[in-house]
Formats: sequence, C-alpha cells, structure tokens
Amino acid sequence: MGALARRRRRRIVGLLVLLGLAVLAGLASIAIGSKPIGLDAVWHGLVAPTGTENDIIIRSLRVPRTELAVLAGVALGIAGSLIQGHTRNPLADPGLLGVTSGAAFAVVVGIFAFGMTSLYSYVWLAFIGAIATTGLVFLLGSAGRGGPTPLTLALAGAAVSALMVGLISAMAVIDQQSLEAFRFWRVGAVAGRDPVVIGQVLPFLAAGLVLALANAPGLNALSLGEDVARSIGQHVLRTRLLGLVAITLLTGGAVAACGPIGFVGLVVPHVARFVTGPDHRWLLPYSGLIGAVLLLVADIIGRVIAWPSELQVGIVLALIGAPVFVGIVRRKRLVRL
Amino acid sequence: MTALQGLRIGPVGLRFRLRPLVVPLAALALTVLVVALNIRIGDFPMSVGDVLRVLVGGGDAAEQYIVFDLRLLRTLTGLLIGAAFGVSGAITQAISRNPLASPDVLGVTPGASAGAVGVIVLASSYGSVAGVIAGIGLPVAALIGGLLSAALVYVLAWRRGVDGYRLVLVGIGVQAFMLNLTYWLLTIGDVTQAGQALVWITGSLNGRSWADLVPVAIALAVFLPLSLVGAHVLGALQFDDDTVRNLGTRVELSRFVLILIAVVLAAVATAAAGPVFFVALATPQIAQRLAGTARPPLVASAVLGALLVSVSDLIARTAFGIELPVGVVTAVLGAPYLMFLIIRKRREVRA
Repeated sequence: MGALARRRRRRIVGLLVLLGLAVLAGLASIAIGSKPIGLDAVWHGLVAPTGTENDIIIRSLRVPRTELAVLAGVALGIAGSLIQGHTRNPLADPGLLGVTSGAAFAVVVGIFAFGMTSLYSYVWLAFIGAIATTGLVFLLGSAGRGGPTPLTLALAGAAVSALMVGLISAMAVIDQQSLEAFRFWRVGAVAGRDPVVIGQVLPFLAAGLVLALANAPGLNALSLGEDVARSIGQHVLRTRLLGLVAITLLTGGAVAACGPIGFVGLVVPHVARFVTGPDHRWLLPYSGLIGAVLLLVADIIGRVIAWPSELQVGIVLALIGAPVFVGIVRRKRLVRL
Repeated sequence: MTALQGLRIGPVGLRFRLRPLVVPLAALALTVLVVALNIRIGDFPMSVGDVLRVLVGGGDAAEQYIVFDLRLLRTLTGLLIGAAFGVSGAITQAISRNPLASPDVLGVTPGASAGAVGVIVLASSYGSVAGVIAGIGLPVAALIGGLLSAALVYVLAWRRGVDGYRLVLVGIGVQAFMLNLTYWLLTIGDVTQAGQALVWITGSLNGRSWADLVPVAIALAVFLPLSLVGAHVLGALQFDDDTVRNLGTRVELSRFVLILIAVVLAAVATAAAGPVFFVALATPQIAQRLAGTARPPLVASAVLGALLVSVSDLIARTAFGIELPVGVVTAVLGAPYLMFLIIRKRREVRA
C-alpha cells in the first residue's frame, strides 16, 4: 500500500475515533449533572420516555443542552479553521471578523436603549449584530480595487472589533443595568437556553456548514498564494466571499445561541492542524469534531467541579483547555499557516 | 510611496527618506498642542496666560494644585503610557511578524487585568483574604500579574530557543486563560465592583498620582534608548531564524532583550492606567502606514501612542458631560483612523 493511501486511511480512522468520542461525550453529558442519571435511564429517556422525572430532565434540559454544545462546538471549530485559513494568521479566531463583538454590541444596545432583558430576544439581536458587523468588516477590508487580502481583512476585523468593544464599554460604564446583564451573557454558556433557540439557529448553522465544506478546495488553492490560485483558474473574490459568509453564519449562529464562547474557535484549528496538516478538506471535519468533543467535555467538567452548582462552559474551556493547549504547542512540531 | 530624497554636497552623497522623519515630528507638534489644551481645559477654566504663569511658579495655591497635581499629572501620565504602549506594540509586532500581535499576546495585559480585577473583586467580598489583598494595591497587583504571566509565556514558549510562531501560540493560550479568569471574576463580584473592574480593564487616567507616573517615566528613560539601539536587530528578525543566524545576529539574546523591553514597558504602563484599549495594537500599524516603512517604526509609534492617548483623554474628560474611561475613546478614535489608512494606502498602491 502506498504512503498516500495509508495516510488517507489513517485520517479516516481518526475521524471515526473522534466521532466515537463525540458520541460518548454526548451520552456522558446527558447522564452527568446535579442529579446523576444511570445509563439505562438515559437510554430509557431517549428511546422510550414514559414521563418519569428522569425522562423529563433528560428531554427538556440535558438533551437540548447537549445538542447546543455539539452545534456550537462544530460551528466554532470549523469557523476558526476557515478564518485562520483565509487570513493566514495564527492569531485569528472566528470573532476576528467582528462577528462576536458585533453580536455583543447589538445585545448591549438592546439592553441599554430598549431595556430588553430576555435571553430569547438576545438571540436575534446577536444574530443581526453579527451579520451587520461582518458586512462592515468585509466592505472595509476589501475597499479599493484589489479586493480583500488576508492582511486587510485581519486588520479591518481587529479595528472594527475594537470599535465595538469600546462602545460596549461606554454603555456598560454609563448604565449599571447594561453591565449587569452583559457580564453574565459575556462568559458564554450552553445551559439554561430555551430549546426553541436551537430550532431558530439550526438553519443558519446548517447553511454555514455546507458553505464551509464547499469552500475547502478553493481555500486550499488560495493558500498557495492569490496569484497562483488565479493562474489555476480560481475565482479569488468568490472563494473569499464564500468563506466569509460561511464564517458569519456559523459564528453568528453559535454566538446568538450561547453567547461569545471564545477559545474553541481560536485553538481547535491549531490542534486539528497538528493531526491533519494544512489540507482544509480534512482540517474542517476534524476541527468540527474536536470542537464538539471539547465543548461537551468542558461543559461536563463545569458541572462536576462546582457540583451541585455549575461553572459556565466558556470559563472552564479556557481555564482547563488553555494549559492543555500550551502543552500541545510545546510538544508538537508546529504547522505553520 | 515614499520618495527617496537625495542630498549631495560635493563628493558627499546622502540619501534619506523624508516621511519617517516628518511623521514623528508632526505628531510631536500636534501632541504639544493637545497637551496645552489638556492643561487649559477643565471644570475650572484657565487662560493660556494663567497656565503659563502657574507653570513658571506663579499663581495661588489652588491654581498650582489644579495645574500641577490634577491636569499636568494626568496629561503626563497619558503621554507616557501612550508612548510605552506604542513602543511595546511595535516591538511585539516586529518580533512576531504579526500585525495583530500586541502586549496581550505576550501575556502582559491579560495577566495584569486578572491581577487587578482579582484585587477589586476579592478584596471586599471575601473577609479573611480582604486585608492582605487590599493591602497590595491595584498597581502592584497589576504589575505582578503582568510580569508573572509574561514570564510564563516566555518560559513555556522556550524550546531550544524562542521561535516567534510558538511564542504567539503559547501567548494565545495564556491570554485565553487570563482573560477568562477575568470574566469569571467579573461575574462573582457585585455590580459596583464589576463596574470598577470594567473601568480598570478599559483603561482610565482618572485620579492618577505621581507614584503611578514615575515608574513609567523611568522605564521609558531606560528602555526607549535601548530599544533604539536594538532597532537594527528588529530589521533582521523580519527574516526566518536561519537567515538571521547567517546574518550574524545573536538571535536569542537580541530577541530576549527586545521582548523584555516590550514586556516591561507594557507592564508599567498597565499598572499605571490599566491596559488602555487598542493603543498597542493600532499605533504601530498607524505609524508604519504614515511613515511608509516596512515594519512598525519605534519612535513614531511612541509619539503617535502619546498623541492618541492624550487626544482621547481630552475627549473622554470633556465631551460627554460625564467622564468616560480613556480606553473607550482610544478605540473609537483609533479604529476608524486605522481603517482609513488601510483603505487609502491600498488605493495609492493600486493607482
């Protein structure tokens, strides 16, 4: 068997292993919580619910929460790989295009100017803010005739994000109520979200996922450099635009549903790249699955370490995930962008 | 693009580039103007003559207090921390060859924020630790947090030398850790403490004392000249490690010293005024575009940092009826200007 075929088989096996891990973590996420539920009861609740207390907890609390963690993990992991690929910058995360800060800005404006307080209304505010801001970043980053380049996109994203964060700080400093609501939204969580939210963001996430996978071959070509990509028949602007739309949908959906969960989108691509190398056709699925597993595990840990209370998943991720990430960075040979 | 200017006197030919010289000088002139405004304008209006009279030793006690202890102190602090953040950012971006890098990535500002917010939140809510923690004081806690966290980044990034890319990746990890620690601390305090903490992590020049100012002044006096000496090394560090070794630069040592300078400048500035938002990231990029250089120029970054912070503070103090933290305004002023430069520059190049 040739080296190429062997590598391909290793990658497929790796994907299956990750998928298995994700399923296991998902089941654990349903079983573990302030009220521990046995695996037989989990099975009962999932397959043939009869309305026992366990069944109700499982179906109305644990399952939606687990679904949300999976969705957000997949979305942020893939969006992270896309944005790092497009900007060729290891410091880029899905929030770089202004998606996250735009979402946060819209939420704070909702609280500050209109007195909105329900998580339910934050979903749409966040989503609209995310899309509007990304549009602005893209317009600025591609102003001039040359269209968007990695450098201008990254700088435009950083500048617009800074502007949004500055305005958020201004509102939060002036108005204590905005600060109060914002500081809890800011840490990011998958718990206590209305199951309806999942239905609302799912179409956007699904569309983002499809576009992301469609973007992979084009992005591979772009990473050879724009001129080379053009010479082999790539439409550079269309590829960039496709990628940016995918990132916006994935990140906007995730942020709208869970708040700005940082870390995943920044770090998962680096971890996935250690395994797959820079080929985005492999990198994207790996990033999605690693993101899902990471978010599920972090959420479970947050329930266990603060039992019977909880620690928000965004916090756990960084406090436990960051040291692990640093460990990986030290061990592995670095895959450059 | 920058025109090369030629100067020829007899057999001696001298070629120099004009823009890298003009930009800092023009920025310096503007800064002097803003400083004058900053000292003149406030709740107690004074004419230029009044201010000058006080500055040379005249005026009554109240006027002296206003000019020296309130306005001059605050203005100077703004100038110096702006310069420190500008230089720190310029060095960081040059070493990592990444326009998004700033002292945040070196761990300094996130570590300082975690330290300071920890003191704000924990000192009053948790009885027995309160006395000890409150005794440390905000600037010291920030300084310790920033330096420890930067040391952590450097040590963890070390593996037979510090590679710029690994430094950035480790920095990301440490930054994420410190930031989320800070967010978490924000949720466990009450809303008043969270408000104080927010003002601090946005960056504020309100109520500074000479004790805040002096360390920044000393650090700048020592390290700015030193970093200029090392500036030619920064040019070499643009290339990859092998190239640098062939150029004969002692890579590790130079890199260590430059990182140390960036860390100390950012740490003392953060201790004095909080991690004033966006200055360290934006100023070097603005300076680079204005001066038309290939990498962030140090002196221009320093002057433009000072200018950005002092203009922002003037606006933050006077424009809104209530006083905003200066970091709010640095972002709102700096971001559009940086965008404008990016767009204009591209048009120019393509034309």
